[in-house]
Amino acid sequence: MTTTHDPITTFEVGGVGHSVLRKEDDRFVQGAGNYVDDIVLKGMLHMAILRSPVAHARILGIDASEAEAMEGVVAVVTGAMLEGYNLAWMPTLSGDTQAVLATDKVRYQGQEVAAVIATDPYIAKDALAGIFVDYEELEAITTPQQSLATETLIRDEKEGQTDNVAYTWEAGDAAITDAAFAAAHRVVSLESHYPRSHPSPLETCGCVSDVNPITGQVTIYLTSQAPHAHRTLFALVAGLPEEKIRIISPDIGGGFGNKVPIYPGYVVATAASLVLGKPVKWVESRSENIISTGFGRDYHMTGSLALDEDNRITGMRAAILSDQGAFFADAQPSKFKAGLFHICTGSYDFGAAHVTAKGAFTNKAPGGVAYRCSFRVTEASYLIERLADKAAHEIGMDPTEFRELNFIKKEQFPYHSPTGFVYDSGDYHGAMTLAKEMIDYDGWREKQRNQDPDGKLIGIGIASFTEVVGAGPSKDYDIVGLKMFDSAELRIHPTGKAILKLGVKSQGQGHETTFAQIVAEELGIPANDIKVIEGDTDNTPYGLGTYASRSTPVGGAATSMVARKLREKARKLAAHLLEASEDDLEWEVGKFSVKGSPESFVTIQDIAFAAYTNHPEGMEAGLEGVHYYDPPNMTYPFGTYIVVVEIDQDDGTWEVVDMVAVDDCGVRINPMIVEGQITGGLTEGFAKANMQWISFDDNGNCIGSNFMDYLVPTAWETPKFKLGETVTPSPHHPIGAKGVGESATVGSPAAYVNAVVDALWSRGVTNIDMPVLPHRVWGALNGVDAKP
Amino acid sequence: MKVTVTINGTAQSADIESRKLLVDFIRTELGMTGTHIGCDTTSCGACTVLLDGTPIKSCTMFAVSADGHEVQTVEGLKNGELHPLQVSFKENHGLQCGFCTPGMMLVGKALLEKNTSPTDDEVRWAISGNLCRCTGYTNIVKSIQAAGAAIEGN
Repeated sequence: MTTTHDPITTFEVGGVGHSVLRKEDDRFVQGAGNYVDDIVLKGMLHMAILRSPVAHARILGIDASEAEAMEGVVAVVTGAMLEGYNLAWMPTLSGDTQAVLATDKVRYQGQEVAAVIATDPYIAKDALAGIFVDYEELEAITTPQQSLATETLIRDEKEGQTDNVAYTWEAGDAAITDAAFAAAHRVVSLESHYPRSHPSPLETCGCVSDVNPITGQVTIYLTSQAPHAHRTLFALVAGLPEEKIRIISPDIGGGFGNKVPIYPGYVVATAASLVLGKPVKWVESRSENIISTGFGRDYHMTGSLALDEDNRITGMRAAILSDQGAFFADAQPSKFKAGLFHICTGSYDFGAAHVTAKGAFTNKAPGGVAYRCSFRVTEASYLIERLADKAAHEIGMDPTEFRELNFIKKEQFPYHSPTGFVYDSGDYHGAMTLAKEMIDYDGWREKQRNQDPDGKLIGIGIASFTEVVGAGPSKDYDIVGLKMFDSAELRIHPTGKAILKLGVKSQGQGHETTFAQIVAEELGIPANDIKVIEGDTDNTPYGLGTYASRSTPVGGAATSMVARKLREKARKLAAHLLEASEDDLEWEVGKFSVKGSPESFVTIQDIAFAAYTNHPEGMEAGLEGVHYYDPPNMTYPFGTYIVVVEIDQDDGTWEVVDMVAVDDCGVRINPMIVEGQITGGLTEGFAKANMQWISFDDNGNCIGSNFMDYLVPTAWETPKFKLGETVTPSPHHPIGAKGVGESATVGSPAAYVNAVVDALWSRGVTNIDMPVLPHRVWGALNGVDAKP
Repeated sequence: MKVTVTINGTAQSADIESRKLLVDFIRTELGMTGTHIGCDTTSCGACTVLLDGTPIKSCTMFAVSADGHEVQTVEGLKNGELHPLQVSFKENHGLQCGFCTPGMMLVGKALLEKNTSPTDDEVRWAISGNLCRCTGYTNIVKSIQAAGAAIEGN
């Protein structure tokens, strides 16, 4: 078993491996964070959006005269007005187009139809009641199956669009997979719907757009996980010169993928500011957030495993039908229409796989964002881990043994998967062994065997997930053409303090601390002496932002690399100061010394001072640099989660009574922060398994459009977790880190559901889709179809 | 309507619309933005303040209803030095994005005033009107308990 990474720096320096307290917390605990809604500019106006009450309708007319006449209303914006500026439609991050304000039709309930700009937010909302829209209702298409069967076109405005198909895509090899299935001793199949869910960060989305009428400077304070990419898109959408656009992403109150896309509200507020010459603020209400922006998942999945007579997996088929909503607006890498779903072969060693995916337009809000996951890896992990469990149960084999039999072995890495990934490293047996030991797996199985059949039913669920994160190598990964590198710029000041500027953007992950620790590790400058700046496109190097667990794998690597560049310059300065040859110097944390005479040394602080005061002739002054990091491969975090649940047979409720999560995210930069990411992710995984669900009625009305109807867990429902770790460093990442922000959300849902199904297997229950609501459990136990 | 509310010990008077919510009064009239808005259904607790020492959700109270009352916000927690809750949230990694944190600390304060050594379940129940999407609550519970121990120790 691998062990925790031992720090090479002292705690005072605070390099990799130290649980340094977060630098950002002082302002947050004093209520001094600076979120978008906290920003107040002189003369600022307020915007409210009128949304469609119906899912599918033609707009026959809009009469805003009553709203326009209201005191305090400055303007009412409609799609027809935006058309005059060529802004009624905008490109999405998946190469589709999306209505900014509807002109021809509304295509989902909650779609943006008009906007009021007023002097006061209360007045702006009041005035929405003074806009009258004449709708001619059309058939609402609320499922992808219905979408593919109907002749009603949702995207009738698109030239050449003759059906409701958003995309088709495939990966793997059909012929080899067919052969594997033809030769199979046993085939295990599962049909499952990974339901629509919403990230719902506690801060909703919003912006303050400030267009200076004299200089033409456009400053947008934006809830953005990807400020640089958003600036470029604003330049393309609005035809504005990019150097005049500055996106400032201040403190962000959680993102989870919700703040990756560009939303119509941002564009309307910016257009309004441009026309009116005053700053315009728009902040969503919670209901608006849930019904209109950035849902996740909604994957209808059919999967099968082929097994040989020794219970080894020999092949996998997966077919996806994806409910895209009315616009294809996910942020997927352009080469991968179904994201990285083809990681669905998971932690298992077999040579044949074939994946097909089709996206269908429906009359629902667009999205399909990577909700705390790396481009559909959550859905993939869920499918394979449910299938693995189902296979074990059908064979009558212990699910941990089935996994151990089929795992990719430690010595097989780097491992080439049948869908084209090259897994960089792993030790799946190690994580499984530790998880079983920590939870006393055999003890729980014993209790389960001896349980009272009329009492609470014990179920034990396992998930041994493999993620693929850190997008990504530029040869394969881009979003609307922008390659998915990331960047770091580091300047060391004369007194040895430093400023680090990044292309990524924290939404609570603690970058101000973690990235300073990477510099501390590389240069020996105390983490507390390093200021980290993100989220201001005028003052940070270009990068693709923070989502898909890419900050540490890509931005973190860029940080290491720029620090190493500066270390090489520091070596030259040290040679000058010590009057020694560069080759005679050796580096240990924070200083260069002359080989063989350790008393003859200069510290990084001495060197920084010399860079501005005593640099050798012919050398550029200063100690700063920038690095754009193009990762050679993705990273592959993994882990094993084991959940024990007890099910109340009378009412179908279930409770997590024990849970162990063993994660291997490579080297942990700040163990405290890593564990915080994991407990947060386990909770979101539980939420999806247990309660979170965005559902619709047959007319396309969103059921669950607020926090009373869309349930997210409180402290009371949230399980308690035991955490374990193994450390298998990424061989290609400069410090061996892999990314961890999403592992637990990716891995845990299958573990919870597997536990419930395990408890009910002997009663003939083989599947319950998420959320595993009590009435579904009760229905399954009693042979009643309790959908939805 | 004219209202006078004592906020963090200072009387604040203003002439406001009767429909103005307390949270908007605090955030926009007084410019104290530590109190946040996370929903519109009294569900998330980001707007929690203490009204005469009791946690309430300021998005569901009119500012005029607070006339003559004492309100404490996160800005009033620090008294020369950080409040033990502010220290313990930092030390126990009780926050990530920071958006729920002011509400969590104020609920914690009201709890600890009655009981400085609450059990895990007692803390969880007390904060069950406050949502956090980042932490999974584990470290929030720990932070409140640690603050209780620190207060007890003094």
